[in-house]
Amino acid sequence: MFRELTLLLALGLATAPIAPLPAAAQDGPLRIEITDGVVEPMPIAIPDFFGDSEVAAKIRKVVADDLTGTGLFREIPSDAHIARPGSFAEAIAYEDWRAVNAQALVTAEVIGSGNEISVKFRLFDVFAGQPQGDGMQFDARAGDWRRAAHKIADQIYTRLTGEAPYFDSRVAFVQETGPKDARIKRIGVMDYDGANILWMTDSSSLVLAPNFSPDGKTILFTSFDSGFPQIRVMDVANVTSRPLTQGGDSMAFAPRYSPDGRWIVYSLEKGGNTDIWLMDSATGAQRPLTSSPSIETSPSFSPDGKRIVFESDRSGTPQLYIVGLEGGEPERISFGEGRYGTPAWSPKGDMIAFTKQLGERFHIGVMRTDGSAEKNLTESFLDEGPTWAPNGRVVMFTRVTPGGNGQPRLHSVDITGRNMRPLDLDFAASDPSWGPLMP
Amino acid sequence: MKAWIKPVTLVCLLGLAACAQQPQAPQQIYDPYANTTSGALYQGELAGGALGAEATAQYFASSIGDTVLFPSGQTTLTGEARSVLTRQAEWLNKYTNFNAVVQGHAEETGTREYNLALGARRASAVQEYLIAQGVAAGRIRTLSFGKERPVETCSDEACYAKNRRAVTVVTDTGPAS
Repeated sequence: MFRELTLLLALGLATAPIAPLPAAAQDGPLRIEITDGVVEPMPIAIPDFFGDSEVAAKIRKVVADDLTGTGLFREIPSDAHIARPGSFAEAIAYEDWRAVNAQALVTAEVIGSGNEISVKFRLFDVFAGQPQGDGMQFDARAGDWRRAAHKIADQIYTRLTGEAPYFDSRVAFVQETGPKDARIKRIGVMDYDGANILWMTDSSSLVLAPNFSPDGKTILFTSFDSGFPQIRVMDVANVTSRPLTQGGDSMAFAPRYSPDGRWIVYSLEKGGNTDIWLMDSATGAQRPLTSSPSIETSPSFSPDGKRIVFESDRSGTPQLYIVGLEGGEPERISFGEGRYGTPAWSPKGDMIAFTKQLGERFHIGVMRTDGSAEKNLTESFLDEGPTWAPNGRVVMFTRVTPGGNGQPRLHSVDITGRNMRPLDLDFAASDPSWGPLMP
Repeated sequence: MKAWIKPVTLVCLLGLAACAQQPQAPQQIYDPYANTTSGALYQGELAGGALGAEATAQYFASSIGDTVLFPSGQTTLTGEARSVLTRQAEWLNKYTNFNAVVQGHAEETGTREYNLALGARRASAVQEYLIAQGVAAGRIRTLSFGKERPVETCSDEACYAKNRRAVTVVTDTGPAS
């Protein structure tokens, strides 16, 4: 029983369920809850993948890094394994895996043929003694082996957490080099874990705050290339960009796409005053959403595309407000002590992440969309600009160290505030924008 | 090609050492004293010094004062800022062949985008003051760098105070019309 390909993917990555093993009666799947306050990482065994040893080892490592990188899983080291299966098809020796206290087991096989590889994997609930979900096969170009690994890790993550996947995704960011008073910046795109970096701009002009389109094909950003800050749109595949706004006497910045890509919401400054504007991405037609003598900036769409959360200092200090697409009187949602900025509406719709300045410390925090249940996830000299993973369970942000040699670094943290970690990059970077899950 | 011969000769006659040592590419050669009978319009290292002239960007920056500072989070002009801007306006009203770009800046605390907007407010406050002092509106543009271009890099109030600023950069647009 081998079902037809269910999906043909843009990068030549195809996926199909492989023959399921006979399943015993299940009494609820193996499950780890992300939202629990304290979590003991689930012990998981990921023995060597079968097949071409070099590629298999690389793929296995990415799968393991994805899973353990969430803080939700702990890999059982291979030298502790008792079971030594001889092939992918061999029956699982559950007793041997129970003996090393593995709750979940991943087995996989990599079959390479020239420029293409196929990766099959299965996931097992060791203590129930049964597979968890169907086995699956991913076909990919050999150069896309990382994507195949992320797809497998996404499947495992989803089956074990019940949350949507996010490993097979990319992040746009700004690389920063040079001294603090003469920073050189360029926009790059990378896999969520820092691999496969592609440079989108050269270092000839100051660029800020990229924003990935919902389809992952374009990036909005602010560029000083005309001498004055204006919004440009970058075609990621062709690495070509064009201006969306024109100079004159105004400054345009902080652009963000709507979830359907139809609208671009951004800040437009005229005569020193900054308001939120809406642009039709097809026609370029523009209209104001706010009209206030205060600063309105850093907008973010709700996932249903009907509302926009933004930051405004109309009350005297920067606070968060929500306004509908038709404009009208914005509703304030932040009432805590301190200054709130850069709100980002979760793609799940349940929360808004933000930057909060309290005294001389900065936090990344989350709150419900009505402003309740506010919670700080981080604290440092300067944390800024959260962006959501496609599944709304992890945020990435910029952490800046103080002083003349201070540098920005990208960090991520999950919505419980657990598992705060820097990205593994060998350069300074800021302004992350997490793109969509890739098809 | 012929057009280059004369300037090269001129520079060599002025005794610049570089010329004697090795011939330079034509586009790198210019004569700062051309079209004048004295060093008055020389805009190189001597400007602003003993031989400096008032009608230079460097004179404006160093002797008039190109920078005004703002209190934390503020965009309104202090009395000290207004006195600097009054001098700037007098100079701009005298040398009408210069245009100005007012650059607004903010300290590093605060988010990138809010600080861009804050810098724009500061630049605009300066622009409005200069216009009120009689400088033609069309001669002044504004620009914000937010927290992107600090002049001091420490993470203390001593540096922040200098970074919360608006800088008026003047450019000679050629002979007055």
